[in-house]
Amino acid sequence: MNRILPLGVIALGILAFATLMLVIGPAIQIKSMAPTPGLANYSAQELRGREQYVAQGCVYCHSQQPRSADQAPDAERGWGRAAVASDYVYDRPHQLGTMRTGPDLFNVGTRLPSRDWHLTHLYQPRAIFAWSIMPGYPYLFERKSRAGPGDVVVSLPAEHRPAEGVIVAKPAALDLVAYLQGLDHTNPAPARAVRDDGYSERGEPR
Amino acid sequence: MSLTIGLLLALSFVVSLLALAFLIWAINNNQLRIEQRHAYTIFTEGEAGQVDDPTAEREDDHHFDIERAGIDRVSRLPVLILVASGIGWLVLGSLFGLVASLKLHWPDWLDAQAALTFGRVRTLHLNMVIYGWASMTGIAVALWVTPRIFHTPLRLPRLPLIGAALWNMALLAGAIAIANGWTDGEEWLEIPWQVDIGLATAGVFFVVPIIVTAARREVHHIYVTGWYYLAGLCWFPVLFVIANIPYIHSGVQEATVNWWFAHNVLGLWLTPLGVGTAYYFIPKIIGKPIYSYSLSLLGFWGLALFYSQVGIHHLIGGPVPTWVVTLSIVHSMMMFIPVLAVAVNQHVLVARNLWALRESIPLRFVALGALLYTLASFQGSIEALRTVNSVTHFTHYTVGHAHLGAYGFLTLVLFGAVYYLVPRSTGRQWPWPAAMAAHFWLVVVGFLVYFAALTIGGVLQGLAMLDATRPFAESVRVTMPYLQARSVGGSLMALGHLLFAVHFVVAVLQRPAPHPGATVLSKPAVAA
Repeated sequence: MNRILPLGVIALGILAFATLMLVIGPAIQIKSMAPTPGLANYSAQELRGREQYVAQGCVYCHSQQPRSADQAPDAERGWGRAAVASDYVYDRPHQLGTMRTGPDLFNVGTRLPSRDWHLTHLYQPRAIFAWSIMPGYPYLFERKSRAGPGDVVVSLPAEHRPAEGVIVAKPAALDLVAYLQGLDHTNPAPARAVRDDGYSERGEPR
Repeated sequence: MSLTIGLLLALSFVVSLLALAFLIWAINNNQLRIEQRHAYTIFTEGEAGQVDDPTAEREDDHHFDIERAGIDRVSRLPVLILVASGIGWLVLGSLFGLVASLKLHWPDWLDAQAALTFGRVRTLHLNMVIYGWASMTGIAVALWVTPRIFHTPLRLPRLPLIGAALWNMALLAGAIAIANGWTDGEEWLEIPWQVDIGLATAGVFFVVPIIVTAARREVHHIYVTGWYYLAGLCWFPVLFVIANIPYIHSGVQEATVNWWFAHNVLGLWLTPLGVGTAYYFIPKIIGKPIYSYSLSLLGFWGLALFYSQVGIHHLIGGPVPTWVVTLSIVHSMMMFIPVLAVAVNQHVLVARNLWALRESIPLRFVALGALLYTLASFQGSIEALRTVNSVTHFTHYTVGHAHLGAYGFLTLVLFGAVYYLVPRSTGRQWPWPAAMAAHFWLVVVGFLVYFAALTIGGVLQGLAMLDATRPFAESVRVTMPYLQARSVGGSLMALGHLLFAVHFVVAVLQRPAPHPGATVLSKPAVAA
């Protein structure tokens, strides 16, 4: 350990090897998979909503990767079947997440399909769940003395209603809700789809 | 499909063969022979055997050597500017961390502005403390220690000044971008790639002087601290640039890149900085070499080989191939080997010299940090086991673990290093010795509360989530007292950081009441 060059070369060689195993290897395997049958690309509005999802930092409290029934009761909670790699082909940036301060959202569109529910919940989560610690997003809404044509009014219980006027959704809120409503990965996954099967018993169907 | 995996395995076999051939060559050429006497590289002649702690010296002590005074003088400006920047980011980052923590139990607080929503405040906290505090201060310590272990002044000492200015500007731009919702959208990679070009460029200005200094060193042997620093400085720029290249990956491939990067920031950047720093300061302050110098070789190469492949344990149970998850779990377990090697080396030395902890506050910080490195690493390995991961993944437990590493380990080590190097670098004592002890106890007690709260709360949250008979709301409710306790612990930590920052500013700006050694140096000049 008296020379700089071999030290640097070996160190970088080891990193290159790790990159091969953790990045290039999985990428080759994942890219060989076709999108899950029935998976649709995002609409323009859903993409705008997805940008909101990313910009607000929803990923820091919500995962998008239900676990398999062998590991956790995610499906029983209505979060959907275990996610597979081919469910994510249109996701950029990925929003898999590592935290469940709130529930998994990979299939929230099927679990909670109502636009009005989402608007109320985004404006003030505690208008729906008293126990919720999710922040409200009042800046995605505005207060108007009366709703104009085409305005979407947020329905709120009395204690969260403004003293006068109404709360209407800004386009950003409508986009975000459109994205959430579109989150649906309930189509059955192909038998050979890629995911971590480390929890399933040998030969057990997914 | 099986063809590509087969090719991959064949390739890994070839790589192993090449590595083996290289190892044989290296042993043949005495590249790997290291002896215990090399552990004395950090001392100058006659220095080993006595405690060396600038914060504990009295006015009439003459513990100052001319060789080092010259070395430290050259690195002074870049080191102090980087430390000052690091501390600035620490204070700002702690503030955002505290706000994020409070928001988890006061969800309606500060909800009117987008810039202050939880998702952005939390992200600002992470980026400021990792790329601001930990990276800048870590680089500062490396710039200060490297010339000392090589017994030669820092070369190109102006380059880090440019680097510091550029890094600060880029990080500020990144923070403003995140606050305004402009983000690359992946954890640890939020700063927009356009801004990352600035950070990557700034990095060059730190790496080049250290490598040139190493090449011009006056000792043959590279001390173990140098291995960690040099390797870390090779790894991080490569990682950072590759992970930030846009438009290559999407979906799950992107997630594997994300966690390959994010865990390597910890394993191949922050850990080498912290472990390397501890390898210098623990023996330096105690005045005795580390326990077994040859063991440090195992610790270093073990870290490089195993730590680089653990990243996918962040995706256990996720939509990634089983084999790559298993690979990362195996390597997570293998991490016990290098961690034990480092632990034996550092903790045995401290345990045999416990008296020194009473005398030296910098040593207290560094030694406790080193101990928490061992604990954080053990915890991380265990957390990667599938059964444990099912409970702890997706919970606050992971946040506690992350802080055990980045705070308990790295930050405490850096605190100790800064306390040691500022008097040596400026030639002036810390003005308020009592503030150092207060800082120590504030952050240690604060962190204990922080860690205990998130660990217990996280396990309860995880167990609630795994129990299908309990509604999801239960997993939120059960964490509430622990989230509140975390805010209390976090406040104490932030208070400690404020005290540290004020103390640093006063120490640097105080009127030159010269260090005793400095007068010794200037005397001949007066006589002449």
